[in-house]
Amino acid sequence: MIKTNNKVLITISCVVLFFLIAPLFMIVVTAFGSGATIDFPIQGFTFKWFANVFAQPDFVSGFEMSFLVAILASALALLVGVPLVYALTHYHIHHQQWFQVLFLSPTFIPEIVIGFALYQAMVILFQLPLLVTLLVGHFLLCLPYVVRLITASMTMLDVHVEEAAWIYGSSRIHAFLTITLPSIRSSIVAAFMLSFINSFNNIPISLFLNGPNLNMLPTSILNYLQNNYDPTVSAVSVLLMLFTAMLMILVEHFIGLNALSKDRS
Amino acid sequence: MKICYSIFTTYEQEMIKIRNRSAFLLLLPGVLAILLFLFFPVIQIALPTFAGHFGLSNYITFLQSHYNQGVLIRTLIIAFITMIITLTLGLPLSVWIARQRSTVRNLLSVVILFPILTNAVVRNFTWIIILGKNGVLNTLLLKLNFIDQPLTLLYSDMAIVIGSVYLFLPIMVTSLVSSVQELNVEVEEAAAILGSRPLVTFFKVMIPQLTTGILTGCILVFAGAMTAYTTPQLLGGNRHLVMSTLIYQQAMTLGDWSSASVVAIILIILTVLVLGMMRLVAKQLDRRSVND
Repeated sequence: MIKTNNKVLITISCVVLFFLIAPLFMIVVTAFGSGATIDFPIQGFTFKWFANVFAQPDFVSGFEMSFLVAILASALALLVGVPLVYALTHYHIHHQQWFQVLFLSPTFIPEIVIGFALYQAMVILFQLPLLVTLLVGHFLLCLPYVVRLITASMTMLDVHVEEAAWIYGSSRIHAFLTITLPSIRSSIVAAFMLSFINSFNNIPISLFLNGPNLNMLPTSILNYLQNNYDPTVSAVSVLLMLFTAMLMILVEHFIGLNALSKDRS
Repeated sequence: MKICYSIFTTYEQEMIKIRNRSAFLLLLPGVLAILLFLFFPVIQIALPTFAGHFGLSNYITFLQSHYNQGVLIRTLIIAFITMIITLTLGLPLSVWIARQRSTVRNLLSVVILFPILTNAVVRNFTWIIILGKNGVLNTLLLKLNFIDQPLTLLYSDMAIVIGSVYLFLPIMVTSLVSSVQELNVEVEEAAAILGSRPLVTFFKVMIPQLTTGILTGCILVFAGAMTAYTTPQLLGGNRHLVMSTLIYQQAMTLGDWSSASVVAIILIILTVLVLGMMRLVAKQLDRRSVND
């Protein structure tokens, strides 16, 4: 057996871990630099760049919009996804595999193409509002996460428990709400969290669906970076990392972080 | 008896009808959403591109241009190199993580998961700081007198590869760690008892057993790196376009929406090919393990 105290293995692993962590650590340091451009190591210490983040209207409104779209898209994906996974796992459906592929098909289309195609079909052809189109795009991003995670836990369920409830006179919907749903609770939370964070961080889908009053946070940062090179971006990065860390703590507290790694396509 | 039987069958038929109807109702919103919001828009951009001679003239024109060929080849090469590097770096790290005590392993999993959940802009921005003209690396090399003037590291194909490796390494590692954990260590112990040195055990005993995990990781990384937008946009600049940045440039900067559609369709075909290969490989491997 190759042991963890193998010197070659330790050396390679530590170098690779350093490569993964050090750059993020460096961003944190540069966010506190007092120079007008980004220095590393920093010259002086200041919090002014964090204040500057909140002085950028695009960042503040972008955060609100990204947060809103991520919550709505994840909820929508669950609302559509859970019933269809229930149908796929509990009923004998002809060509069930084709349905599985159909519901995972958003992963087969590059995200930038989803945004591009939605812009042409929904915004230009059907004249739908940008916000609706944006929501649709993010819903498509979230649906595969929901389908994969919920299918994994739904197939593990013992269907006889639900059947027992029917025999004792419980209605289908009541049995689903009080028995099936609570027993897949943790994968619902996991699916919501993964959907939320992926939607919140997504750039390619939102790229074509930006408007004068509609900015998502990641695309706002991208635009800011085209014209500026100052520690404001470091500061907003630090805030985003704190946000990620907070979500991870929440997930760990409620369902354990392992639930997130169960998603394997 | 006959009456009972017929009552039973009508009841049964009725139940099947109800079941079919509820299955239909439960699937309907999802099917409609996919057809209306995904298939329709994609077909809508695809149809006009197949106009003209044999329907392929747009694609032939696109591929005849040396510039476009360059973009296509750059996209594939960057994705391929990214895949190879993430595998080379990820494999030892995954073995190391998978074999730790559970407390250490959980801690390391958090370290791997954190970048995956952090915004791609943040993760690419850090390489602008490092590779930029007055960046960390140039400053360091100048101070150590290795170079006389700053190197042009940013806005190159190499910068895109570095950024992509940084972006996709955690995904490769998560895919590999779970496969390493499924390995039976007794096989390696047997190899060691029979006199195999660790390096030989690693290549001849472990890697063959990890084929599924390695292929899954490789295909996920390849498809991801091939279609990523943020990294080539931030680290490649305007001169080093890949397919995804080409779509955006054709549509938004040049206003040439039909060319953008052609690029989009080619990118879809490539993604479907790559991801379809993964399903095929997974099926083949499943069948082989059943036969064994």
